[in-house]
Parts: sequence; C-alpha cells; structure tokens
Amino acid sequence: MEQTIAELPAITTANLAATLTSSEIVHYSGKKYSIKRLVLFPQTKHSPLPRRVVITGVGIVTSLGMGWKTNAQGFRSGRVALKPVTLFDVSRQRVKVAGEAALPDKLPCHRLSRHREARLDRAARLLLFAAEEAWRQSGWAPGHSLPVVLGTTSGGMSLGEAYYRQTLNTPHSYRRQASRVMHYQTQSQALTLEDYFGFTGPITIIANACASGANALGHAWELIREGHCDRVLTGGYDALSQLVFAGFDSLQALSPTQCRPFDAHRDGLALGEGAAVLTLETLERAQERHAEILGEIVGYGASLDLHHLTQPHPEGDAALASMAAATRVAALQPEQIDYVNAHGTGTPMNDGAEANAIRRWAGDRVTTLPVSSTKSAIGHLLGGAGAVEAVICLMSLREQWLPPTSTLQAPDPICRFPVVRQPTGAKVEYALTNSFGFGGANATLILRRWT
Amino acid sequence: MDVSRIFVHGCGAVSPAGWGVASLLEALTGGAALPLRELPRPGSSALLQVRQVPPPAIRPAFLAHGRLRRSSPITQYTVAAALEAVGKDAALVQNGTLRLGIVLCVMSGCVNYSRRFYDETLRDPATASPLVFPETVFNAPASHLAALLGSPAVNYTLVGDPGTFLQGVALAAQWLVADHADACLVVGGEECDWLTTSAFRLFSRDIVLADGAGALYLKRAQAGACAELRAVTDSHSFTSRHTRLQAAQRLRADLPTCSSTHLLADGLQQVPRFDRAEIAAWQDWTAARLSPKIIFGEGLMAASAWQCVTAVDALRDRCTAANVSIVGCNQQAIGAHFVRARVLDS
Repeated sequence: MEQTIAELPAITTANLAATLTSSEIVHYSGKKYSIKRLVLFPQTKHSPLPRRVVITGVGIVTSLGMGWKTNAQGFRSGRVALKPVTLFDVSRQRVKVAGEAALPDKLPCHRLSRHREARLDRAARLLLFAAEEAWRQSGWAPGHSLPVVLGTTSGGMSLGEAYYRQTLNTPHSYRRQASRVMHYQTQSQALTLEDYFGFTGPITIIANACASGANALGHAWELIREGHCDRVLTGGYDALSQLVFAGFDSLQALSPTQCRPFDAHRDGLALGEGAAVLTLETLERAQERHAEILGEIVGYGASLDLHHLTQPHPEGDAALASMAAATRVAALQPEQIDYVNAHGTGTPMNDGAEANAIRRWAGDRVTTLPVSSTKSAIGHLLGGAGAVEAVICLMSLREQWLPPTSTLQAPDPICRFPVVRQPTGAKVEYALTNSFGFGGANATLILRRWT
Repeated sequence: MDVSRIFVHGCGAVSPAGWGVASLLEALTGGAALPLRELPRPGSSALLQVRQVPPPAIRPAFLAHGRLRRSSPITQYTVAAALEAVGKDAALVQNGTLRLGIVLCVMSGCVNYSRRFYDETLRDPATASPLVFPETVFNAPASHLAALLGSPAVNYTLVGDPGTFLQGVALAAQWLVADHADACLVVGGEECDWLTTSAFRLFSRDIVLADGAGALYLKRAQAGACAELRAVTDSHSFTSRHTRLQAAQRLRADLPTCSSTHLLADGLQQVPRFDRAEIAAWQDWTAARLSPKIIFGEGLMAASAWQCVTAVDALRDRCTAANVSIVGCNQQAIGAHFVRARVLDS
C-alpha cells in the first residue's frame, strides 16, 4: 500500500541514520554512501589524475569534400568551396552563397534499417559520414557505456521547417509529420549514431551556439582527463537550414561580397555545413591496444562574454579568458603555440575583438604567431565549426603545414599577428583553436603533435 | 570540507501553479490537476489543451534589465526560477566573490521566437526581424541569466529529452568537484505553444503539455544545505538493443530499495503509453510517491526540475531520502538519489 507524503511521520535527526538499511550502504573512498551503482555522479574511477587524452580516430565532412585526405588537400591549398545555395530558396535573401557539402546518396555499411536510413535528415547524414571515418580509423568495437558528446546549434532544423510548412499549408495532413518531429530532435541523431555502430552509452548534447563543437570536444576531454570514463565519441555538426541562413542574413552578418576574415574591408561571414567526429581515449588505453595515435588534446578553456547577446566585447575580454584558461590548463606559454586557427568569422566585430584578444594573450609573441581563419574556405559551420577546426589543427600538426586565409586581400592593421595567406609548410608542435558563439559562449582547445 | 560531496542549497520553480516554489508545493499538496487552458491552432477549429504559467502577480523586477526587454517566456521562467534558487548568493556572484557555473537544460527551447522568425522568413526574408533571431538560439536564456547575475564562469546549455536535467545536475556536480566553479545553478526550462502542443499530440491525444522552469542551486559546503545529492545514475539510452522498458528497469536497479521514510518523485502523467515502462520498473515501491506531472502536466525539462524540487522539499521534514525517476520521452531513463543534508552527520 503506497503512502501519501502527508501520511509520513515527521523525521527527527536522531533516527535519520537508522532509516538507511545495511543493504544500501557501500563503502566508497572510505565513506558511507547509500547507493549501489554510481555512474554519472559521484565519480567511480580513481586512477591517477589528470590523465592524458589522445585522438585515435577522426572523420570530417565539409564543402571541400568527404574525409581527411580530400579536406587536407583543400585546406592546404587554400581552396575556397563556397557556391550558390541549392538546398532552399534564397532568391529573396541578400546573400546567395554558402558552403554546401556534397553527400553520397547512400551511407556506408551500417546497422540501420532501410526504413530508418530513408528518414535521416541532412544533419544526421553529415554526422554519420564523419563518424564512420573516425570509427573505422579508431578500430573501436561496439560495446556498452560508450559516452557520446556532441555539439550542434540546430540539429535537424530542416525537418522542423518541413513540419512547420506542412502544418501551415495542409493542417489536416499528418503524413510524415510524426517522423519529422522525432528526427528533428538532436537526441534522435545521437541515438541513430549509437544504433549505426551498435553501442549504447550516455548522450550529452551541448548547444552553446557556435562554440558548441569546441565545448563538446572540451567536455569529452574533461570526462576522460578527470577519470569519469576511458573513451568518448565526440564531435560537432550542423547542416545548412533556411531559418538559420535567413537569421544571419537578417542580422546583415553575411558577406554580400566574399568572406575575408581579418581583412581591412571585411563585410561579413559565409555560412557552411559539415561535421567532424573524433574518438578520444586515454593514452594508456590507446597504447595498450596499439592504436595509431593521431594527436593529443592538452588544453581546454571556456568563458562567457557578458557584453551582448550577439556582439563580443570589443577588447575580446572573454576570448582572452578562454585562451588564457586553455594555456594554463595545458601548462603552456603563448610562446610555445605554433599556430592559431582563429574563430575568424569575417564580421567586423568578431575579428576585431579576436585580434585584440590574441594580441593581449600572446604578448611579445604576437608579431610572429601565425594565425589564419579556415572559414574563408568552407564558411562558418556553427555547431560543427569547433570540431572541424580542431581537426584542421590536427592536420596541421600531422602534416606540418599551415592552412591559409586565402581570400585575404588587405590585412586589417588591428591584426598584430601575421595572417597566413599562402599555403605554407611549418614546424608545428602545438596548435590552438578558438570558437566563439552567440550568447557569449567562448571556447579554446589546444592540440599537440604526436610523434 | 569533503570536496566530493555536493549539497542542494536552494530551489526555484515557475509552473502552471504560479511563480515560486511555494505555489508549486501548494498545488502539489492540494493534489488536484490544475485547470487546462485552450490554445487555438492555425487552420483548425479544434483547440489544444495545455497548462501554462499564469502571468505574475507583480511584474518581476529583473525584466527591467536591458538584456531581458525582448526576452522570450522561457528566458523569463528560467531567470525567475534561477534567482529564487540562488537567493542571497546572487550578490556574491555580482561582486565577483563567487564563481557561478550555469547549466541550462532544454528540450524544445525557444520555440515561440523560432516559430515567429521562421514564419516571417517564409512571408518575406527581407523583413524577418533581426531582433528575434538571436533569441531563437538554445543558449539565449542561459546567456541572459549569466548577464543578469554578472557571471562569466562556465556556462553550458544541454539539449535532450527530460532526463537531460539530471545529466545537468551530474555535470554541475562534476564541475564543483573539479573546482571549475564555487557554486552551480542547474535550470530546466520550457515554453509551449500550439506548434509543440500539436507535435506532441501526434504521439498521444492524452498528453497535456505545460511550461515553466525549475532550478537547483548546488554547492560543496554542507552548512545551510537543504539536501545532499548522493548520486545520479547512469543515463540508460533507448536504442534498438535497449528498449525503454529495459532502460527503466536498469534505472530502477541503480537506485536504493524502498524504505518507509523514502519518497519517490516519479514522472508519471496518467498517459498509459508513456507511463507503462516507469510503472513496471517501480512496481516494488511501497513507500510515498509523488507525481508532479499529474498535477502540472508534461513540462518536459521543467517537469524534471519540478520532480527534483519536490524531492528536495520533502527532505526538509518528512522524508530521509528521495529518489527521482525520469523515463524520458525518447532518449534515456535516468535517476537521482537525494538525502537529508544531515544524514551523514551521525
């Protein structure tokens, strides 16, 4: 017979301890806890901390193409992959170009039914193509309790748009509407990822606007580093959608000419789409299974810019805090950073604030620190940007070159650093990447070359 | 101070019962489902039934802040619940002596402004409002809250089904243990309109959506706490190999057995299709249980927060421990275990 809460007797401090039954009490770190299995909190693993976290698999999809090789060739050569938008009507928009990714019709071999595959939206497909490459490279096997940490700003927004249009235009037609509602949600895409490879595990989706991808990698890194788990599948993704495109256009944030980050005459950003997925694990685990180590994440910092919902503080205060936190955690000095992949959207305000932040953070190093923005090539990938740009840093570290900001014509004098303008070979040991978003979300990652 | 122990220092709630924890608890104690409100749906004569937050008796002072002038309902609910939970510590955040981490959890998010902006886009993108678009992003409420409190510390917005609120609680606990923050606010918020309501009706005509927000304020210090967070279970995902029923049963197995002075704050809402797995998982439970969604409706992430607020409040004088059970819409089953803050003193 269940009791209502009003029927319960009042409890006094004296009899509180007696209410815990012996079967509930286990000893944990020398203290009594009344719970038997503990996973998300409190922490159950107590290996020496902090642990080193390495990357053993990478997948990337952008408008430059599918996979590491194609993208590395594109970024290294400074190819620009922006073209007229075909995914939705832009005839009444100010701007009509973006970085659309060309996706194959079919996904590679997987465990999804044909019915389920047919219902996947573009964002989910970007995510799965990137994950397929990373998973295959990592050599991971399906299993239980593999955490997934993803960053996105809009998930399956195109499905949400289709749902809304049908609701307005034919309000009594429900055909495919339930499927759209289900697959629109970001957690559905993450669950599809688990079913695709046949594993289960907790799913965390971070939606910190354009810093989402970097926050996802940073959070995944912290989970492993602080001993909560041994491996995480992580990444960021976003597909182009009409609502978001119109939103940036309404803000007049899109460039009506050409996206030229750090240019004195820059006039806005270009939008793009894509995904990057990484398999992160402890160094110890990777070495035990003789996995190929592609690189190491050594630092992560996050901060919040309180200045304005969509505009950074002109002096880049929060960006400075984010970069300083990442270098502090990595126990590095700015002098040791060999390359900065800037957020560099190409908007007058972002690039100015970021240039100020880099100058303040780098100190004397600023005049020799190579900086570039790869958004000139593929556009701004929003929730995918942080993860994709971390992979670009990894390419730079693995192959020892710097990706150029190839559309730059006249560098803004506010940039005290050399902006990489031409494809350049370089010795790169540490690379830093910035991601900043609406709402003031700022995140910085530092990656180290693995030799 | 044991840095691995986390305590609840405050709660906040905005619900269809009103603005504040007191109105939430009063309605819960009353035990009667709150009245329904009817929403028109474009293109249909049938009205949708929801439970929405009533207008506040007095206009909240925080709406005078510049960042909140055009804010969406979800932002207003989120901020109100957060300020109630953080209480007097807001002054410590504002003067820079307390690093406040913020975790906002949402499922539908800023749906009113998203719908409005997309509607404007379809009519004529040239006139779509640049003032509305920034308010559509998931993290806008968390950003406004941080700006109001003057907190530049770590700030995440998590998206997922209602179980995500407990993931947010676990994340905040991790931040506190790792010293990324001195205190953390975990807020779950939602706003509902005809679009989300009609979407949920595709899955059940019995479901009644609700909106509002709930918040927990967490710290490492025990003094002054109203409850201790003992555990957040694993998140048991619903996958093709791991059904909703199995996930609920694993959640149940992760939490303590029933004792006469324990409370279960569950997520039942009297919709058989959604309740079935949770009923089966908790059939052994014979002690007290409360089901806030039956009173307030399916408030998604806000409802998960209300469950936690309910559990924490019961620990003040009626119960020694409380389980929170969340079997979410389409992602996960997850639970938490709270105890009275003084249990481990003895």
